[in-house]
Amino acid sequence: MYNFPGFIKQAPIIRKTDRADICLKVHTVSLSFLSEDIRMKNEGKSAQRPDNTAFTQQRLPAWQPILSAGIVIPGFLIIGLAFIGIGIGLFLTSQTIQVQEMDYTGVEKDSPCFRCTIPSNLNCTCEVTFSLSTLFTGPVFFYYGLSNYYQNFRRYGVSKDYNQLTGDTRYFKSRSPEEDCSPYSYDSNNNPIVPCGAIANSIFNDTFELYQIINGTKKQVPLDGRGISWWTDYNIKYRNPSPVNGSLAKAFDGTVKPINWPRPAYELDLTDPNNNGFLNQDFLVWMRRAALPQFRKLYRRITDGDYAAGLPAGNYSLTVHYNYPVLSFDGRKKVVFSNVSWMGGKNNFLGLAYLVVGSLCVVMSVVMLVVYAKFKFSDDDDA
Amino acid sequence: MLRRRLNRLCGGDEKRVDSRTIYVGHRPCPDTEAFIPSKFCDNRIVSSKYTVWNFLPKNLFEQFRRIANFYFLIIFLVQVIVDTPTSPVTSGLPLFFVITVTAIKQGYEDCLRHKADNEVNKYLVTVLEDGRSVKKESEKIKVGDVVEVVEDETFPCDLILLQSSREDGTCFVTTASLDGESNHKTHYTVPDTEKDLQALTATIECEQPQPDLYKFVGRMHIYKPEQEPAVRSLGPENLLLKGATLKNTKKIYGVAVYTGMETKMALNYQGKSQKRSAVEKSINAFLLVYLCILISKAVVCTTLKYVWQSKEGQDEPWYNQKTQKEKDTNMYLKMFTDFLSFMVLFNFIIPVSMYVTVEMQKFLGSFFITWDKDFFDPEIQEGALVNTSDLNEELGQVEYVFTDKTGTLTQNNMEFIECCIDGFQYKHRDTWSEVDGFTVTDGPVNKLQQKAGQEKEELFLRALCLCHTVQVKEAGSEEVLTDQVDGIDEMRPQLEEERGFIASSPDEIALVKGAMKYGFTFLGLESKSMKIKNRENNIEEYKLLHVLNFDPVRRRMSVIVQTKSGETLLFCKGADSSIFPRVKPEEVDRIRMHVERNATEGYRTLCVAFKQLSAEEYAVADTGLREARLALQDREEKLIAVYNQVETGMSLIGATAVEDRLQEEAAETMEALQGAGMKVWVLTGDKMETAKSTCYACRLFQRGTELLELTLRTLEDERLKREEKLRELLQEYHRKAVQDAPPVKAGVTRSWSTANQDYGFIIDGATLSIVMNPQHEVDASQYKSLFLQICQNCTAVLCCRMAPLQKAQIVKMVKTSKGSPITLSIGDGANDVSMILEAHVGIGIKGKEGRQAVRNSDYAIPKLKHLKKLLLAHGHLYYVRIAHLVQYFFYKNLCFILPQFLYQFFCGYSQQPLYDAAYLTMYNICFTSMPILAYSLLEQHISIEILLDNATLYREIANNAMLRWRPFLYWTLLGIFQGLLFFFGVRFLFSNPALQDNGQVFGNWSYGTIVFTVLVFTVTLKLALDTRHWTWINHFVIWGSLAFYVFFSFFWGGIIWPFLKQQRLYFVFANMLSSVSAWLVIIILIILSLLPEILLVVLRKPRGPHSRQVYLSLPFPFWILPFYHIHPILCYSP
Repeated sequence: MYNFPGFIKQAPIIRKTDRADICLKVHTVSLSFLSEDIRMKNEGKSAQRPDNTAFTQQRLPAWQPILSAGIVIPGFLIIGLAFIGIGIGLFLTSQTIQVQEMDYTGVEKDSPCFRCTIPSNLNCTCEVTFSLSTLFTGPVFFYYGLSNYYQNFRRYGVSKDYNQLTGDTRYFKSRSPEEDCSPYSYDSNNNPIVPCGAIANSIFNDTFELYQIINGTKKQVPLDGRGISWWTDYNIKYRNPSPVNGSLAKAFDGTVKPINWPRPAYELDLTDPNNNGFLNQDFLVWMRRAALPQFRKLYRRITDGDYAAGLPAGNYSLTVHYNYPVLSFDGRKKVVFSNVSWMGGKNNFLGLAYLVVGSLCVVMSVVMLVVYAKFKFSDDDDA
Repeated sequence: MLRRRLNRLCGGDEKRVDSRTIYVGHRPCPDTEAFIPSKFCDNRIVSSKYTVWNFLPKNLFEQFRRIANFYFLIIFLVQVIVDTPTSPVTSGLPLFFVITVTAIKQGYEDCLRHKADNEVNKYLVTVLEDGRSVKKESEKIKVGDVVEVVEDETFPCDLILLQSSREDGTCFVTTASLDGESNHKTHYTVPDTEKDLQALTATIECEQPQPDLYKFVGRMHIYKPEQEPAVRSLGPENLLLKGATLKNTKKIYGVAVYTGMETKMALNYQGKSQKRSAVEKSINAFLLVYLCILISKAVVCTTLKYVWQSKEGQDEPWYNQKTQKEKDTNMYLKMFTDFLSFMVLFNFIIPVSMYVTVEMQKFLGSFFITWDKDFFDPEIQEGALVNTSDLNEELGQVEYVFTDKTGTLTQNNMEFIECCIDGFQYKHRDTWSEVDGFTVTDGPVNKLQQKAGQEKEELFLRALCLCHTVQVKEAGSEEVLTDQVDGIDEMRPQLEEERGFIASSPDEIALVKGAMKYGFTFLGLESKSMKIKNRENNIEEYKLLHVLNFDPVRRRMSVIVQTKSGETLLFCKGADSSIFPRVKPEEVDRIRMHVERNATEGYRTLCVAFKQLSAEEYAVADTGLREARLALQDREEKLIAVYNQVETGMSLIGATAVEDRLQEEAAETMEALQGAGMKVWVLTGDKMETAKSTCYACRLFQRGTELLELTLRTLEDERLKREEKLRELLQEYHRKAVQDAPPVKAGVTRSWSTANQDYGFIIDGATLSIVMNPQHEVDASQYKSLFLQICQNCTAVLCCRMAPLQKAQIVKMVKTSKGSPITLSIGDGANDVSMILEAHVGIGIKGKEGRQAVRNSDYAIPKLKHLKKLLLAHGHLYYVRIAHLVQYFFYKNLCFILPQFLYQFFCGYSQQPLYDAAYLTMYNICFTSMPILAYSLLEQHISIEILLDNATLYREIANNAMLRWRPFLYWTLLGIFQGLLFFFGVRFLFSNPALQDNGQVFGNWSYGTIVFTVLVFTVTLKLALDTRHWTWINHFVIWGSLAFYVFFSFFWGGIIWPFLKQQRLYFVFANMLSSVSAWLVIIILIILSLLPEILLVVLRKPRGPHSRQVYLSLPFPFWILPFYHIHPILCYSP
C-alpha cells in the first residue's frame, strides 16, 4: 500500500483511518507537544462514543462549601473567643517569666567594664553586680546576647567545613579547591586550621562566674554547661575524629587551632574530657547561627546544688572575663538570666497578637451581624 | 536545512522562468529546439526537521529561542559563573527536565517522520521506460517519467493523466488526505492522446509549481508524424495530485510534472500561524511587571548594601574578613556580581513551573471537550475535536460570533419544496395522485395557460435534469454508501434501483431529485451524453457540449447541450440577481413575486433560464470557450468573459425553491449567544431575503428589531450616485443607532436592559466592497469607522452575498477595531476556511461540505447546537480556571519571595537565603503545584447546568475580567500583605529566640522553616477557600500536599544526607514542632493571612437588583462570591 508520508505527523494513524483531518501544525512552543497527543487520542477514539463516566463528564460528586453569614459569624465569634483565651493565657504566662538583663559592653564611662574596652588591656576582668528582690525561680537559664552582630552573613554562614566537623580527618589537611573557609583555612605558615572557617574562629570567648554575696562573702553559684546545645547537634550531627592511640589530640596532628582561639579544639574544656573537640557545648551553640543580628545564646543553666530551686533574693556579682571585642562594629554585649515556661522565654508578642486577632474576630463578627441584620440578608441564607 | 537546500537546488535556476517544459517519457520532440533535459528536483520527500548530526544543536537552539527558556538559561548560567547564594541545581534541574523531555519528544516525532519519509521514498512504483515496465523506488521518479498507478494506490507525484483503463477516459480519485473531501472526483485524460503511450511524443508546458490545489494551467503539444502538432489545454481536471488515491479505476498512466518537494501537497505543507490567546498576552504583561519587581528588588538591595557597607566596621567586621581575592576585585564588578546574585536569589518570583503548569492545564483540560458526551453526534459517530489546546480559555472570552449560514445555521440538507413555472406555483404532494405528480395550489388557475404550461413544464423539468454537474453513483460499487460525505438518496428506495447522486453542492441533488418527483429522472452521464428518462419512461439523450461552471462571482452555471434533433440549447440556472438582468424583463415580473415570497419564507431560490443557440452562435461560443480554456495566462478572466457573453438574451422559464432546514436548536443557540453578550454576525453567500428569513427563524432578528439595510437596492437612487447615497445612509444609520441611543457606560452596555430599541444591520457584498474600497481613499477610514460603530450598536448583523475572502475581511476588520474584541468564526465549508483562520477562535462543523473547515479549525464540533455548551460552559470554566491559575501563581510566588527580600535587610544585604535550597526548589514543584493544577482542571464555581441555563453569566467574565489590572493588583497586594505578615510575624517572635521549654535557642534555618511552613499552609488554604467545587481529587491533592510537606520536612531533616555539603535542616523541622510557640505563631499567622479573604468573601455579597435577580434564581446562593473581589464594578452596583 502506498502511503503519503510524514507531512502529516502521525503518518501511521492516517494509514489506519485513511483520513487526514489532522491539522498540520508546526510546534514551536517547547511544551506544546502535549497538544499533539490530544489529536492522537482523538484519532483513535473518534469513532467511539466518549466514555460516560463522572470524571470525563465533569460530574464528579462534589462538596460545594458555602461561606454564608450563618457559618462565618459564629465561626468568627468562636475563633475570636478562643484566640482571646489563648492570648490571655500566653500573656499571663509571659508575665510570670522573670528576666534579669544586663549590658556589660562598657561603653559608658561609669560602667564596670569600661576599662576592659581599651584594646591593650588583655585578660581583663570586670565585675557586674545586681540584686534580686524576690526568688528567681529555677531552673534559671543564663544567656549571653550580642547585637549588631551578623551571624547571618552569607559568606560567614558558609565559612565552615562540615566534613571536618563530622570528624573526617581526611578533610583536616586537604580541602576542596573552592574553599568556603577562606580566609580562615590556613594560618600564616600555611598550616591547616581545624576547625576552619569564620564561624569557628569567631567563637564567643567571654567567660562568666556568678557569685551570690552573702554577708560580704562570695558564694559561687554552680553553672551547668551541659544540655545547652541541641541534642541532635551533640549526639548525631557533629562528631569528633576517632582518637589516635586513645588521644584526641593526636587526631589533630598536623593542624593548628583557629587564630583567635586560645587553645586548640581538643583542649576547649580542661575540666571535662567529654566536652572537647567539636563536641563542646559552647562551640555547638555558637555554630548554630542566629537568625537576626540581635540575638542571644544559651550560656549555662543553673540547676545544681543550692540553686536548683532558683536564685534566692539577694545580691549577686558576675565576674566577666572580657575578651570579645564588639565596639569595632558598634556591637553590644549583655547577659540575661531568665527562667522559661512551656512557651519558652519571655515574649509578650505572641500573647498580644492572639489578643488583638481574637478581639478583631469578635468585633468583625459583631459588625457582620449588624450589617446582615440591617440589610436583611439572612433571609435566604440556608444556615 | 536539507529541505531548503533541496529547494534551492531544484528551483534555483528556473525560478525566473514562468513555465516549465516537460518532455513526456523523455523523448525529444521533432521540431522544437534541441532536447534539453532541464533539471528538476527528484521525488524525494523530506518532512523531517533534523538529522542525526544536527539534532542536538538545532533542537537546543529552537528551544532556547523561547523567551522563557532563555531567561531560565541565563539565570542558570549566572548561578554557575557568579558566586551566588543558591546552587545552580535549584534552577538548572527544572530547566534541564523541561528541555530534555521536549527534546526527547521532538526527537521521537522526527524519528517517526524519518521512517514515514523512507517508507514513501523507497516505495516501489512502476515506470514505463522504453516500452518496458520498470519497478523503481519512488524517490527516483523524474519529471517526465510515465508512471503507472493501479486502483487504491496513491499517486507518487503530481501527474498529468494520459490514459485510463476506463473507456471514457476518466478516472476517479479521492483527495481525502489533501483536503479531507472523501467524495470521488472525476479527472479526465488529455483528449486525443495516443492509445499507445510508447508512440506518444509530446511536450507539456505548464506553470511553475504553486500551492493552490485547485489551480493548474498547462498546455500539451502532441506531435504526430507528418502532422501539425496538436495543442490541448490542461486544467486541474487533468492533474492528479500526489497524495490523492485512485478509486474505481483499474489502472492509469500519467506523466510526472511536479515531483518531490514541488508537488502541490508538499507546497501546502506549512505551519498554521500560531494563534495566541488573550490570556497569554496577559501572562506576558504580568511577567513584565514581575520582571520589573525582580529587577527593582535587586537594585534596591544592591544599592542599600553599598550604602550600608560605607559605614565604619560594617563592611568587614573582624569576625568575617574577606579573602584576598575579594579585596582585589574591582568595586564596580563586585557591585555587578552582587546585583546578579540578588537576581538569582529572587528569581523564583518568575517560576519555570508556571509554564509547565499552564501547558499541562491546557493539554489535560482540553480532554474534557473531547470526552464530553453531549458533543457526541450519533449520526456521524463522532464527538468534538480539539486541534489546538492553546485557545481553551479564549472560548470564554468571545465577543463576536461570525457564523456561516448554509450548513451551520441550516442543515444543508436540501429538500425540493416547490417550483414555479411560468408564473404558476407547483407544489409536490406525496398524497396526490401519481398520474402526473403535479398540483397547482395557489396562483391563478387559468385553463388557457394550463396547456401552454404543459410544454413549459417539460422544458423546465428537462432543464432541471440537464443543468447540473451531478454524477450518478454506480450501483454495485463496492464503496460503502455511508462513506460519502455528500448527500446520497438512501431514504427513498427507487422502484427500479438504488440510485445515489454525488455532487459538490447539495442544491443540485435536491433539484435533480425534485425533477424526479415530477417524472424526469436523470440517468447519468456517459461519454459526454446525458441520459434522462421522461414521464413516458422514454430515454432521451443529450450530448453535453460545454459546462459553464458555477462560481461564486457569477453565481450561476450553465450547460450547453445538443438534442438528438440537432438543436443546441443552453440551460442556465442561478441566483435571481444574476439571472434577471440576462433575461427579458417582461418575463421577470411574473416570476419575481414567487421568488421573493419563497425567499422570505427562508427557501433557497434559483431561477432557471434557457436559450436556443443557432449554429453560428454556437460556433462563436465554442471557439471562444476553447480559446479561453487554452489560455495560459488569465484563463479565469477570459473564461468568465466568454461565459458572460454566452449567457445573455435567455428566456426565463421558472424558479425553484429548496428548503434548507434550520439546524437543531439553532434558534436557542443563537438566543443563548446573544444573551451571553456576544454579537452574532451572519456572513453568507446567500441572497439577502433567504438569509434574512433564516435570521428571523433563528431569532437573531426579532419582531421589534429595526432593520438598517445597506444593500445595492437601498443604494439605488435617481438623484445620487451610489457612493454619495452610501455616505448619506451610513450617516443616517449612525445617527439612529449610535448617536440617538441613550449614552451608556462601557460596563453597562452589556446589561440586559431591553428597553432600548434593537437594531439589525444588513449589508451585502457589493456594498461592503464600496465601504472597504471607496473611490476616494480619504473616505475609507471614515466609512469603516461609521460602519463599525453602527454594527457595534446592533444586536445582529447580516452580511449577505459575501465572497469567502470578504468574510475574512470582515472578521479582520472587527478583530482590529478598537478594543480588539475576541472573535469566533464558525463554519462548515471550504468557503469558511478563510474566516476560520482569521478569527481568534475558529470552529469547524463536521458537516456535509467536506472536512476542510474542520481541518483548519481550532475546535470542531458535530452540530451548531454544541456551540452553546462549548462557549457557555466549557469556555467559561476554562477561562475562570486558567485566569485563577495565572493570578494564583504570581501571588504565591510573590509571598514566597517577599520574606526572602525582607530578610536581606536583616542580614546585611549578604544574599543569605531565608529558606533552604530544598524548599526553594520544591516549593513550586511539589508543595504548591498539585492543588492549583487540580483546581484548574476541576473547578466549577458555577455548575455546568446553571451556566447553560443562564447565558448572562458569561458576561461576568467578559473583557478578560479576571486578568485585568485591577484583579492583578488585588492579588499582588494580597501577596505583599501576606509576605509582610509572614516575615514580620516570625521576626517579632524571634526577638527572643529561646522558643523551647528547655531554654535552647533557634537559629536562622528555624526562622526560615517557620516562615516557609506558614507560607505553604497559607497559600494552599487560600486556594481551598477559593475552591467552590470540592471533588475527592481536590481533597486528595490539597490535604495530600500539606501532608506531603510535613512528611517531606521530617524526612529531609531526619537523615544526614551524604550528598549534601551542609546539613542545615537537620532536625530543624522536628525541633520546630516541639516548640509550642512555633505552633502558635504558625496558626495565628495563617488565620490572620486568610482573614481579609474570608471577610471580603462574606461582605461582598451580591447586592443590587441584577445580581439579586440571578441570585434568587439559583439553588444555592453564594455561587458568585469568588468573583466579587475581582469584579468591583459588579460588586458595588447600586
